[in-house]
Amino acid sequence: MNSSVLLSIVTFVYCLAAVLYIIAWVFKKKLPGKVATGVTMIAVAGNLAGFIWRWSESHKMGFGYVPLSNLYESLVFFSLTIAVVYLVVEHTYKNRVIGAFATPLAFLAMAYASLSPNMNNQIRPLIPALKSDWLTAHVITCFLGYSGFAIAFGISLMYLFKQRDTQGKSRLLLHFPEANLLDELTHQMIMFGFLFLSVGIITGAVWANSAWGTYWSWDPKETWSLITWFIYATFLHARLMRGWHGNRLAYLSVIGFAAVLFTYFGVNLLPGLHSYGK
Amino acid sequence: MEREDISSNYFEKLWKFFTSVRLTVVLLLSLAATSVIGTVIPQNESNSAYFQEYGEVLYRIFYGFGFFDMYHSWWFQAMLIILTVNIVVCSLDRLSATWKIIFSNPPKFNVSRFRKLSNKEEFTADYSPEQLKDSYKPVISKAFGYSRVEETDEGVCIFAEKGRWTRLGVYIVHISVILLLVGGLFGSIFGFEGFVNIPEGSATDHIRLRKTSQIKALDFTIQCDKFNVSFYDSGAPREYRSGLTILEGDKPVLTRDIIVNDPLRYKGINIFQSSYGTMPENADSMKGRAITLSFTSNATGMVYIKKAVFGKKTDLPENMGKFIIKDFDNDYNFRGHKIGKVFIGTVLPTEGEPLDIVIPPFSNFDRMRGGDFAVSVTAYEQHYYTGLQITKDPGVLIVYSGFIMMIIGFLITFFMSHRRVCVEMTAAGEKTTVMVAGMATKNKMGMEIRTKKLSQRLAGIHPSPY
Repeated sequence: MNSSVLLSIVTFVYCLAAVLYIIAWVFKKKLPGKVATGVTMIAVAGNLAGFIWRWSESHKMGFGYVPLSNLYESLVFFSLTIAVVYLVVEHTYKNRVIGAFATPLAFLAMAYASLSPNMNNQIRPLIPALKSDWLTAHVITCFLGYSGFAIAFGISLMYLFKQRDTQGKSRLLLHFPEANLLDELTHQMIMFGFLFLSVGIITGAVWANSAWGTYWSWDPKETWSLITWFIYATFLHARLMRGWHGNRLAYLSVIGFAAVLFTYFGVNLLPGLHSYGK
Repeated sequence: MEREDISSNYFEKLWKFFTSVRLTVVLLLSLAATSVIGTVIPQNESNSAYFQEYGEVLYRIFYGFGFFDMYHSWWFQAMLIILTVNIVVCSLDRLSATWKIIFSNPPKFNVSRFRKLSNKEEFTADYSPEQLKDSYKPVISKAFGYSRVEETDEGVCIFAEKGRWTRLGVYIVHISVILLLVGGLFGSIFGFEGFVNIPEGSATDHIRLRKTSQIKALDFTIQCDKFNVSFYDSGAPREYRSGLTILEGDKPVLTRDIIVNDPLRYKGINIFQSSYGTMPENADSMKGRAITLSFTSNATGMVYIKKAVFGKKTDLPENMGKFIIKDFDNDYNFRGHKIGKVFIGTVLPTEGEPLDIVIPPFSNFDRMRGGDFAVSVTAYEQHYYTGLQITKDPGVLIVYSGFIMMIIGFLITFFMSHRRVCVEMTAAGEKTTVMVAGMATKNKMGMEIRTKKLSQRLAGIHPSPY
């Protein structure tokens, strides 16, 4: 048994939580929803334990580092942040339908980390470029931002489904929160994500300046994070414009999350300084 | 007179154009869309590489649009300038109104605006408006910073508010963006970015600029005392370390090691560990260097490790004679194949003719010879050069203050708001109708919940009879 095995198990716990949330939503039952919350908490605990365990494993191997240095480790942390941010939303707004759209994302991130055959989950010592305290601050803030955007994406999907069914015919949408609450929640999540994305870009810039002497070098990952930033900045400003409420904003939130995903995964296909994120 | 009218009319139109949020949205989306280009087309490579990659037609088109250095192209920079003007004009345009709200003393309240709110709360209390007012006032003024009582046309009313200053948050964010752009511009005008390779034991005061490939003189000298690279067991690099001394004239003024992520800063110039390499060697430069040899005897299978010196004889194990390394080649031609760096050694057996053998370092190449023993070089004293990145950016301070302002601005704009409540008490016979209405600049849902809570709290207050 090691941390990777624990995290593989956590994958299935997330899966169970997602299934329970979906059952609770589709069959409009209270009990599966309550169980789902508990299961998600267990998954979060396991996820966090796996993270800390991996940290201590690296120390036992003689080159301890905070496990946020490659794709596997970042995915593990990503699903942790998604689940934690979701639980806070659930607690604040007392609505479990959102769980059916948020926990699958945590599950998918963890499943990609644990089950993808090409995933390298070995604990390797850090290369010189990554040996910096800024690494931790940079990765944590970026992924808090990403998780805010991920949940905003889930809520925007709910909003779009809700708006398509104008007559309120679909029984599935009956327990969705009101459209304006969904709109407001998307806004809240995007503000949260935008703050942390900005801090993530800033910590990255400060780190780059201390490591390479330039705080910005237009490398593809930097540029894509800025593209993401532009899209969400558009979202925040478009709310102030007449005729831009509702559907258009929800689509913008979906596009923004696509940009997040490309910043995260797609950029590895392009050449650049962030190639260790592979 | 007429001409002035026309020009002021133009000015007004221009002003109006730059105050629109629509322009902001269009600019942000255009910046997002065009920025993609530079992530797909590699930036700042050589023209011949581009020509090869894209062919003549595409090359000409891309070149014309400046796609090979698109983030510095005139049209991208123009968008940034228009965005800057947009931000400045928008902020100025709205600031006067915000200013009036923030600094009007006493703050203005309009009871009819509160009455019109759709989500106001109402309840009936068994006391007179006067009684209620006296017991509500301390509760409300404690929850909010500012409160006052006013007579209205229908009764009496308590106004309260807090966080008026948070309306400035968005301006702080906008100033921070301007600072980032100005700092970037300042750095690109007054800063530079260059690199230099310095062999161990050498010094230089000239560097090469990255952008233009021009030579630039520094007003001090950088000396590389030594360079070290260490590896993990897996072979991955662990650390690159350069021992540097800064010289003013001939006088050393500062000696320090630098590693990746820990640069040296001197006179506003930053010196970073960036790359390294080995110096080209030959028989002369190698003379006297320490070499670790490993001999594997064919007869006994024993492995002997020996420390030798380039150009000096050493004893072979098992009384096989003597051995000397006498030459070094950077790219040896072995039977028509270039095999890179090799040492050339000579075996002087106890009996028989001397024999020259070729030994590429860190390899078991010599086994192929099938001699009495196989020799390999497992380590040798290498001389490195260190690759340093040298930068100066006087805009960094401006950019960093922009970073700090941006974070503070976001915290204010996203998570704080100007909240106002109005509690109006109107006599209705023996009883009193109490209206509780609240508004906020942000998070309207949160304000609704707060208003509801305040209303419940007030409804639970029973003034004690006099």
